[in-house]
Amino acid sequence: MLAFIVRRLLIALPILLAVLVLTFLLTRLMPGNPFSSERDIPKPILAAIEAKYNLDGTLPEQCASYIGGVLQGDLGLSTQYRNRTVNEILAQTVPVSMTLGVIAFLVALTGGVILGSLAAVNHNQPADRLAMLAALFGISIPNFVVGPLLVLAFALLIPIFPPSGWGTPAQIILPAICLAIPFIASIARLTRTSMLETLGADYVRTARAKGLAERTVIFKHALKVAILPVVSYCGPLAAAILTGGIVVEQIFAIPGMGPFFVNSVLNKDVFMIGGIVLVYSSLLIFFNLLVDVTYFLLDRRVKLA
Amino acid sequence: MPATATSPTKRNAAARLLAHPVWRQPVFLGSLLILLAIVLLAIFGPMISPYSYSQISENQFAPPSWAHWAGTDELGRDVFTRMLLGARISLLVGLTGAVVSLTIGVTLGMLAGYLGGWVDSLLMRLVDLLYSLPRLIFVIVIMAGVNAGLDSWAESISDSLAWLMEPDEVVSYARILLLFVCLGAVEWMTMARIVRGQVLVLREQPFIQASRALGQSNRRILVRHLLPNLAGVIIVYLTLTIPVIILEESFLSYLGLGVQPPLASWGSLVHDGARYLNPIKIYWWLLVYPAAMMSITLLALNFLGDSLRDAFDPKQRPRN
Repeated sequence: MLAFIVRRLLIALPILLAVLVLTFLLTRLMPGNPFSSERDIPKPILAAIEAKYNLDGTLPEQCASYIGGVLQGDLGLSTQYRNRTVNEILAQTVPVSMTLGVIAFLVALTGGVILGSLAAVNHNQPADRLAMLAALFGISIPNFVVGPLLVLAFALLIPIFPPSGWGTPAQIILPAICLAIPFIASIARLTRTSMLETLGADYVRTARAKGLAERTVIFKHALKVAILPVVSYCGPLAAAILTGGIVVEQIFAIPGMGPFFVNSVLNKDVFMIGGIVLVYSSLLIFFNLLVDVTYFLLDRRVKLA
Repeated sequence: MPATATSPTKRNAAARLLAHPVWRQPVFLGSLLILLAIVLLAIFGPMISPYSYSQISENQFAPPSWAHWAGTDELGRDVFTRMLLGARISLLVGLTGAVVSLTIGVTLGMLAGYLGGWVDSLLMRLVDLLYSLPRLIFVIVIMAGVNAGLDSWAESISDSLAWLMEPDEVVSYARILLLFVCLGAVEWMTMARIVRGQVLVLREQPFIQASRALGQSNRRILVRHLLPNLAGVIIVYLTLTIPVIILEESFLSYLGLGVQPPLASWGSLVHDGARYLNPIKIYWWLLVYPAAMMSITLLALNFLGDSLRDAFDPKQRPRN
């Protein structure tokens, strides 16, 4: 298994570099440059600024100097927030986004698995129908609709939660729920299907036959196997929560990476874009590795390739 | 499962399709009717409406009334008319994006499943990789990258299109077209996986073995024998991809990276509505109406896709 982890990490490195180079080239090939968005700057000054940011010379030269810097842990200077390094901005925003993401992830996972198991146990009964109807609503209604509606309902009409901001635990609740809702729904559907399949298996019948309590049968025996598809869904789930977070941070005015990313794209802030894409991609690659290892630990029949 | 039976004869296919029990499901019929109504509204609504989507008036922030069914926005534009335009653009993005994703997904899925070997493992590795990367982030970067170049290109061709639309509109539509393609290009993986799985089963069937024994070319087997048998699955996942793409488009428009004003999509309308959410004065109609129209459409599409999947996808048939 150690060999597997090392190999995956070694493969991840070239992938990340390729993603970074592509992002850099694409951003640099955009017409215009990061410094001339509002008014024209005299040529010599522009040249001086470009030299300061290492954006002079040919494109391959620029790219090489950027990648060289990144390999030494220097993500460059933000062109939009003058005099702040990308490292600095990321150090402030990544923990915020991570906190929100992790909480939403846990809420989605527990909520979805519980809802899905309950639906499967009550198969074709009103509780099941209701849960699946709710799940379909959850999948269909985008979180930028749910978000403002939650604010309208629980912050403006019935003021129990603060409408926006970051810092206190109460301010995390609405955004985390808003971010988690669609994923609670899809995990519930996934769990239900796989739980139904598992409940028909022979070993579940054996467990029942030897007189175990229904609760033990379902949550100790069946769920262990039924949860496997959910585990493999965790990778795409993390990706979706990361992108979903951009919007949720915007809605609730949370100082995470999302708003910075949108602004940096609009302002062609090349180093900022590169830095954030790097963070997103490496988080996801690392997380997928984690998912594969977890899957292996849960189901030893799987071969780690 | 009469409609997707693997027999190669297709006699009375249409008749059998119409006799399928799925037509007797109220959920299926209901969502079909709702979608039909929304599509008709999207096509004819903007023509019938007395207002234009970009017509500014002094009647700002008017609440819903007989004159303005969904009120007016901060520039005094009729929100209902803008919702109809939004329906046009969102549905078009969804449909075109889904067709793009279907073309890529079905082609690659069939190749992977039929050829097997290194082609299969290469393509499936690619699918795994793309699943695990933040694809929408790439779409955002690509959109921003191509957008600026698009402006100059659109200006150069706007003369030849002057009889049809304003130069600004050419740019806007070119941008939307790009959006279709980008979104379709990142959403083909599910389709590829499903199609590959089906092909793996189908290619061992006697009628495929027979065609191979008769010496038919691979291309002919793929197009004439495999593709028709995949039609059911393809239609089901096409229905399920449309809401995904509509969601993604509105996500980008919500962030201000997709459809640009004065054009509107549901995402940009909800964004406009959410911007005016404050404790002092609540302009609820700016948010609630577009959000409701969008959610109803997505719900109907998902309901439709689910009941089609239950009816036609042999793998996902519900257990009783």
